[in-house]
Amino acid sequence: MSINARKDSPQQTEFRQYCQDWLADNHPGEPPVRLPLTALEIMTEDQLNYLQAWQKSAYDAGLIGCDYPVDVGGGGRTDCQRVANAEMIAAKTPFLPNIIGLGMAAPTVLYHASDELKQRLLPRLFSGEDIWCQGFSEPEAGSDLASVQTFAERKGDKWVINGHKVWTSLAHFAEWMILLLRTDKSQKHDGLSYFVVPIRAALGSGVTVRPLIKITGETGFNEVIFDNLEVDDSLRLDEVGKGWQVAMTTLLHERGAGELQTPRSGGLKSKSSHATNAAGLLALARKTQRGSKPASEDPLFRDKLMRQVIREEALKQNQRRAQVPALLDHPMRLALQNKLLSSEIFQDTAALAVEVTGASGSLYLGDENAPAGGQWHMSYMNSYGMTIAAGTSEVQRNILGERVLGMPKSK
Amino acid sequence: MAQPKNFGFGEEAVLLKESAAKFFAENFPTDRLHALVAADSTPNRMPECIWTRDLWQQMVDLGWTMLAVPESAGGIGMPAVAVAGLAEELGRAAFPSPLLGTINATYVLAAAGRGAETALMDIAEGQSATLAITNRQGSWEAEDTDVECSGGKLNGTAWFVQDARKVDKFLVSARTEAGISLYWVAADAAGLRIHPDAIIDLTRDQGHISFENVEAVELTDEGVAALSKAFPAIWTMLAADIAGAAEWLLQATVEYVSVRKQFEHPLGFFQAVKHPLVNVMIQVDETRSLVYNAACAIDTEPGAAVKYAHMAKASASETAAFAASRAVQYHGGIGFTWECFVHLYFKREKHSQLLWGDAAWHRARLADILIVAA
Ligand SMILES: Cc1cc2nc3c(=O)[nH]c(=O)nc-3n(C[C@H](O)[C@H](O)[C@H](O)COP(=O)(O)OP(=O)(O)OC[C@H]3O[C@@H](n4cnc5c(N)ncnc54)[C@H](O)[C@@H]3O)c2cc1C
Repeated sequence: MSINARKDSPQQTEFRQYCQDWLADNHPGEPPVRLPLTALEIMTEDQLNYLQAWQKSAYDAGLIGCDYPVDVGGGGRTDCQRVANAEMIAAKTPFLPNIIGLGMAAPTVLYHASDELKQRLLPRLFSGEDIWCQGFSEPEAGSDLASVQTFAERKGDKWVINGHKVWTSLAHFAEWMILLLRTDKSQKHDGLSYFVVPIRAALGSGVTVRPLIKITGETGFNEVIFDNLEVDDSLRLDEVGKGWQVAMTTLLHERGAGELQTPRSGGLKSKSSHATNAAGLLALARKTQRGSKPASEDPLFRDKLMRQVIREEALKQNQRRAQVPALLDHPMRLALQNKLLSSEIFQDTAALAVEVTGASGSLYLGDENAPAGGQWHMSYMNSYGMTIAAGTSEVQRNILGERVLGMPKSK
Repeated sequence: MAQPKNFGFGEEAVLLKESAAKFFAENFPTDRLHALVAADSTPNRMPECIWTRDLWQQMVDLGWTMLAVPESAGGIGMPAVAVAGLAEELGRAAFPSPLLGTINATYVLAAAGRGAETALMDIAEGQSATLAITNRQGSWEAEDTDVECSGGKLNGTAWFVQDARKVDKFLVSARTEAGISLYWVAADAAGLRIHPDAIIDLTRDQGHISFENVEAVELTDEGVAALSKAFPAIWTMLAADIAGAAEWLLQATVEYVSVRKQFEHPLGFFQAVKHPLVNVMIQVDETRSLVYNAACAIDTEPGAAVKYAHMAKASASETAAFAASRAVQYHGGIGFTWECFVHLYFKREKHSQLLWGDAAWHRARLADILIVAA
């Protein structure tokens, strides 16, 4: 085991330089529209167009899909995606809109689809021309994902799908869906199969997408109804009855614990975008008058503010320590805490900000007197998306307790 | 200067940490610790000072007391990250010894400059030391001392002195007409008396030290500067000790709840047990990451060391309290007995939580740094 933090290989060094040069000349510049916090809150075509154009240019330049084989549209490199990610983030680029495609669908397709499907699907996924969505959750199947009921019945070399998916982020923009469904009602895990489905092409003929409105008032996720949708058997990934294993590949990558690094960019702030972090919180406390003095001079608030500062620094140092094997007891111990901690720290920082603003904390987006234009409330509410989606905080604690600490499995 | 990505935790640091872990595991397993320090369970037992001089001598021979001393001053010159690795193992073993006290003294002596060279020689020759710099109120500020010095003689009392009955030398802070000076005083100096405190922690001893016209050698008259410079290391090493002890509590409790069955399941099956233990792990990891960051700052980014060390000890104090509390609770009735080893760590952590500033104190100091008044 190496005791040092990972150093660049010669290929990575060269590629890093290439990324830096390209980014210096090709940053897309100030967005013409207010960007949402993440791709999951994209609401308008204008936002989407701007972000898709960015993803396409980054892909064409070779910064996306770097570690995928060349014949499926990738860059054929080794361990270079994280180099591109670091450089894109350092250059404060916009985020990539096709996050479900890149983070979940692409590795799943790579490991489980036929060569023909890979070659057909992946290039347009990487370029962002095809947006993807994930059809896993259902009204009766959330944390207990293996209980999904959406059913596909075999008809020759076709399947007929009926069922109901919910919370399907980006479905309103998506061409394709990764779809976990049931092909055998007599077994739980072994009755599942996995498909890729062209939902946009089937709108109005077997697929209905209805937007759901979030607690913030934003849209972004949907319910998707399948009513006798016919799909070709060639769109099935892996064998019939192996859907759960395929879904594990998806979830592993969703949690950042998969083999392939997800392409990531970000850091660009549009004019009215808002940073939910300790620095923003301190700035707010300094300028918020509570009684005769700023909230930042109140000893109780100072104590709470410092708790958030310390947690945020600790998360950053966890990420640093995760790269130093000599200071790790278990290879997944810090990696598996990342999602849980970042979402909970974000949530608590936003909650404290709302508390700091006192009576003005009642004001929301539509009020000109709202602190930070009401964005702290927006962040606070959106933080529940983070602690619920992609494995709730409770499910994350189960995973940590079982996989890392080795405690017996809970139901 | 930017910090190195790997905290500067290099090959020597890995070897030191591994050899320390091995040393404690082989020489001092927990049952031996318990047999040694927990023989007397009477609540109002007389203050005790129980330790193993032979193992201490081995630690001295291994050079552990001189690790933090620069090579130019005859030391081993290990970076603070390496010392933190050792401190973590020390805490994991809950080992009774004046190691941290002596290392703390070397950090102060190194910061005290030329006048401290002979004192460092004493440590190089195998002597042990501890800081006697705290007043009756238990203030952790460098300016606060109840000892005075005039005409080269110390008078007054230093409180909350760690490992008071184990050490050869005290590093004493005293008020003079000019400010705060530091002194190097032998434990057997005439006029010096050690008054043992009855403390909760079975793995340490503590005392207050009275001085009556004690002759003392002045190390420096810039006492506040020297102590302030050493404080980040002092806080960080204790935080590392806490993290090691908390990891012991976590692993012991996880092991217990994986074996003990109630309601047809091992206890760890129940989320009311599992999830808080995951939270303990999260806090231990938070503390460890902050410890290595602070230690690395001491080595490579001194301007940020105070800030990061406040973070490390604030986090450590919370971790100490939480890990100790959950470990006793999830051991159930057995965890409430003297016979179960958990209480040794529970008590060491309670002591460490408060020593050199609790969480609220460190957060208040951190706020003074980060929130510049408008
Ligand atoms: C913003 C957002 C975007 C999403 N996007 C998508 C998407 O694109 N595609 C998709 O398929 N899904 C998506 N989801 C759905 C998400 O995956 C589910 O909401 C999540 O898995 C939880 O399922 P549930 O909502 O049915 O809650 P439930 O599973 O009913 O849980 C309700 C509560 O009970 C707790 N709970 C449940 N089981 C346990 C247990 N075993 N132990 C302890 N506590 C438990 C949960 O933690 C939670 O607090 C999204 C959700 C959100 C909020």
